[in-house]
Amino acid sequence: MSAIGDQSYYLRGMQLEPLPPPTTRAGPLGWLRANLFSSPANIALTLACVLLIVWVVLPFFQFFLIDAVWSGADRDACLASPAQPNPGACWAFVRVWLSYFVYGFYPFGERWRVDLFFLTLAFGIVWLLWLSAPRRDIGAFYFFVVLPILSFVLLHGAPLIGIIVVPTTLWGGILVTVVVATIGMVFSLPLGILLALARRSEKPVVKWAAVTFIEFVRGVPLITVLFMASVMLPLFVPERFAPDKLVRALIGVALFASAYMAEVVRGGLAAVPRGQYEAARALGLTYWRTMGLVILPQALRVTLPNIVNTFIGLFKDTTLVFVVGIFDFLRTIEAARADPKWAAPNTTVTGYVFAALFYFLCCYGMSRYARRVEARLARAGRR
Amino acid sequence: MNERTDQASAAAALPEVAVEVAGLHKWYGEFHVLRDINLKVARGERIVICGPSGGGKSTLLRCINRLEDWQRGRIVVDGIELTEDPKRILAVRRDVGMVFQQFNLFPHLTVLENCILAPIWVRHMPKREAEALAMNYLARVKIPDQAGKYPARLSGGQQQRVAIARALCMNPNIMLFDEPTSALDPEMVKEVLDTMVELAADGITMLVVSHEMGFARQVADRVILMSDGQIVETNEPKKFFDNPQHERTRLFLKQILH
Repeated sequence: MSAIGDQSYYLRGMQLEPLPPPTTRAGPLGWLRANLFSSPANIALTLACVLLIVWVVLPFFQFFLIDAVWSGADRDACLASPAQPNPGACWAFVRVWLSYFVYGFYPFGERWRVDLFFLTLAFGIVWLLWLSAPRRDIGAFYFFVVLPILSFVLLHGAPLIGIIVVPTTLWGGILVTVVVATIGMVFSLPLGILLALARRSEKPVVKWAAVTFIEFVRGVPLITVLFMASVMLPLFVPERFAPDKLVRALIGVALFASAYMAEVVRGGLAAVPRGQYEAARALGLTYWRTMGLVILPQALRVTLPNIVNTFIGLFKDTTLVFVVGIFDFLRTIEAARADPKWAAPNTTVTGYVFAALFYFLCCYGMSRYARRVEARLARAGRR
Repeated sequence: MNERTDQASAAAALPEVAVEVAGLHKWYGEFHVLRDINLKVARGERIVICGPSGGGKSTLLRCINRLEDWQRGRIVVDGIELTEDPKRILAVRRDVGMVFQQFNLFPHLTVLENCILAPIWVRHMPKREAEALAMNYLARVKIPDQAGKYPARLSGGQQQRVAIARALCMNPNIMLFDEPTSALDPEMVKEVLDTMVELAADGITMLVVSHEMGFARQVADRVILMSDGQIVETNEPKKFFDNPQHERTRLFLKQILH
């Protein structure tokens, strides 16, 4: 009793100094033990990974880098011969056909226009996406107003100022892939936002129109949309008035992507508390300003990973435009690998790996960028 | 200050009755949440509305700037009758500031940006002028040094004072407070109430839903008890607390004062 009574009154005389955190076992050996050999299951996994690397990854590099044929004029370079009994990937084929993969049938003398287009586009993308770039408002104006006009003049042509018209049937390769993907992304985001807002509208007509469009488009494969755009539209509209085949495919892709984008944005809108909307309205902001200044900035931050996810999906979906006879990047590889001059066992797989590399670099780049933006938003000290 | 004289001259042209609620009924589905509310608030009057939860206090307050609509009756704010007309609704909202229980600051904007948003986009004020105005009000709620921070970095009491400054930046003639201290930790209640007391001393028309009886006693011109969607008793604070007329009021006061 008395012992407890003695402890019932206690007063700390001085504040304790903070202690440094406990040290961990550092060093490469400690790391290995902790991460690779900490338990029997972990050891088994480590061994399995080593075997995988030996059996799959090393032969892959052997085939595509070490044994690869880098130059040559035709199939003979890539065939097995006494000099190279086991030829690897046929990069010579990609080198010879590269300009076709980039430009399609775009006339040789006019290809500088495509190069210039790529440059202006890259410039615009960097200006728009580089978060600390100077005068990003001008950058946005350049990207959304100047660039479309400039691109049209460059790629399509403007006879008035002496730039001859190149019909879209001659466009192909990476040029078409980039055009379809860029247009798809640039239009699907604002359209998707409008559709998402419409879906949450209190006006029944607006709401049901949006719901019908979104559910219909999402319930149909992209191929169907493209077929409808390219085959069915001319049945209703006289051929003379019907827009260009590429334009029809562009519209199809943009509408398709916007339906998906609408659902993504709707999720973000639902994540913004109702009080935000009420506070903005109570300050006298109109509906559109409430959305534009208060609700959407918050909703889009939440949805950023999903938006980029949709963009990546869209980028890969552009390969489907080949079904309506448009020569996108993948289709040009398909066409080139059928060339009898390059008929060798390894040309096809090399072409496909080249395509995979291109798509991977583009999609991975988008993904990395999105993660950096997310990290930056998190750092901005919002939460 | 410049905006004070603006406000004073504008107030001179305003009708003597700031808010008039007549025969107001509202239903949520089958639930009759407001039943025949009649209330006239004179210019400059400070009214505290209290009562048990679910009694319709907040709903009534939110009808006054039309965050809620109603089925029967009419509300006239500063001479503008609220109808379906979005122009009238916006005109009333420009004129009526509101402070919420959950602060509802915009988390993606800094404190200063929160304050200048409406002056710029609703009043079309130049940015520099709006910032000067906002800093003036932030100084009045005693947090000018937090202007560059995001709301999440502030304490609840600081956030609520920012919310008050944000509403004041629109130079409202009427302020609505919807349980402004209920979501606060106890030690922060006083700083918000002090701000509101100072505001009351400036003569702005105030309608406050609150259970802070000390505040009501000190500041209110009239205290209203609402229960079951009706106004049960309206009285001046001294009589309301010391000699309540209605049995329901006595019961309520007994419950909250133990």
